[in-house]
Amino acid sequence: MSDLRELYQEVIFDHNRHPRNFGRPRGANRSAHGYNPLCGDKVTIYLRVEDGVIRDAAFEGSGCAISTASASLMTEALKGKTEAEASRLFEGFHDMVTGAGAHAELGKLEVLGGVREFPMRVKCATLAWHTLSAALKGGGEPVTTE
Amino acid sequence: MSAVSEVALAPQEPAYDVERVRAEFPILAEKVHGKPLVYLDNAATTQKPRAVIDALRGYYEHTNANIHRGVHVLSQRATEAYEGTRERVRRFLNAASAREIVFTRGTTEAINLVAQSYGRSRLKAGDEILISALEHHSNIVPWQLLCEQVGAVLRVVPIGDAGELLFEDYEKVLGPRTRLVALAHVSNALGTVLPVRRAIELAHAHGVPVLLDGAQAAAHQPVDVRALECDFYAFSGHKIYGPTGIGVLYGRRGLLEAMPPYQGGGDMIRTVTFEKSTWADIPHKFEAGTPNIAGTIGLGAALEFVERIGLEAIAAHEAGLLEYASGRAAEVPGLRIVGTAPEKAGILSFVLEGIHPHDIGTILDTQGVAVRAGHHCAMPVMQRFHVPATARASFALYNTRAEVDALIAAIDKAKELFG
Repeated sequence: MSDLRELYQEVIFDHNRHPRNFGRPRGANRSAHGYNPLCGDKVTIYLRVEDGVIRDAAFEGSGCAISTASASLMTEALKGKTEAEASRLFEGFHDMVTGAGAHAELGKLEVLGGVREFPMRVKCATLAWHTLSAALKGGGEPVTTE
Repeated sequence: MSAVSEVALAPQEPAYDVERVRAEFPILAEKVHGKPLVYLDNAATTQKPRAVIDALRGYYEHTNANIHRGVHVLSQRATEAYEGTRERVRRFLNAASAREIVFTRGTTEAINLVAQSYGRSRLKAGDEILISALEHHSNIVPWQLLCEQVGAVLRVVPIGDAGELLFEDYEKVLGPRTRLVALAHVSNALGTVLPVRRAIELAHAHGVPVLLDGAQAAAHQPVDVRALECDFYAFSGHKIYGPTGIGVLYGRRGLLEAMPPYQGGGDMIRTVTFEKSTWADIPHKFEAGTPNIAGTIGLGAALEFVERIGLEAIAAHEAGLLEYASGRAAEVPGLRIVGTAPEKAGILSFVLEGIHPHDIGTILDTQGVAVRAGHHCAMPVMQRFHVPATARASFALYNTRAEVDALIAAIDKAKELFG
């Protein structure tokens, strides 16, 4: 059970049961859809970006605990970040969940570090982040994890 | 004590010795996350008995050569083993002739072969192909490709809330424009056994040929293509304890003979000139290129293994497991079984309240229990039941009630973890 507890930390259960920033916010000016065809997870990311700064971030969708918690934690972490900072955060997050070695300080997002022991679940954790990238680039085609 | 009562007290010979069957599968001794492997993903692929592993090794150590053209000893051996397997498949399906057995890469390729050869040469704009709402993507997409090519229309017969084929709708959809019916014999996502004999009878009354996707059936119940009177039957080797990359298309002789080749290349020709080539007779007309010889021989060993145990005994064993598992699953609060048709094969698809199937899959895996979590290549089925995915336990001849208990214990663990 030790690995499982590492993956499914209390913070993840909390965000899965009570996702933060869930819904479509007013004034959103960027959005993108993401889809993981392997497990059916769907997410839509909404952003309000002003002068290169993410003022608001929210999401809608349905998915497993890892993808829901990841989207929820991501929207919390994004508020107030510049687009460049958000991209760097994604890089650091990606390095953490893929176990790529040393990664930047990620604060609360570190609770998802246990994913590195479950390679099949990396896509669950990164779906929201890939969708964020698409939203920052202006949206358009839905992104998929495949 | 009288002799009579002694006989009555003597332990009965078990009808089906699952432990002896298990001993033939080396991989079942594996440990996963420190726990004994409980392999319940048999609808995805089955494990291989030692007989199949030995046949593959034996082929490469003593036989390996190309077939049909060598004059040397190894080529003769390889050809005999390859064509011998064709005859074994004929017996297995009770086909009239070994010429009606075409080796393919699997069920998917077999269906694509029929779509592109039979379908493309015969169907025209406005013609209809009839499938059911519970098909695997491999019995949907080949027909969609064909429809795009020739302007035909795909008609889908709906299923009921239990995952059963709505036969009255089938009768209605089957019409004067129907040119082909393509149905699963057994649903991979729900376990439903379709009423294929009746469906074929009705289609034939309209003069419409029927293809059966037997991927989930061939390893779990006897299949007799002449009793079914089906026109095409497809199955995969790897789902019947054989290797991956080998499958079978059965086709009625008259149909196969009239069909154009599927792929061009070596082994499928009679003569080749730059002006015109002529084709080999069936089945070789459909087997262009050097085939999967080792895989074919491995399939032969798998069928021999299955026949030794007996499909009726296997079906009875798996029916018992399904009944036991369904009963135990029904006792789990918050668990809903998806697919409850009266006629079912050994597949238990389910969802748990508050726990996504993908999370179930990961947690079960840490307990050594391998199940499939996802849409099972049947996205329309998931949409029909308004679920993004399900967790699926699927049984094979080597599974036990103790393994069902391990599955239920792992589900309890998932519920405990998720609170």
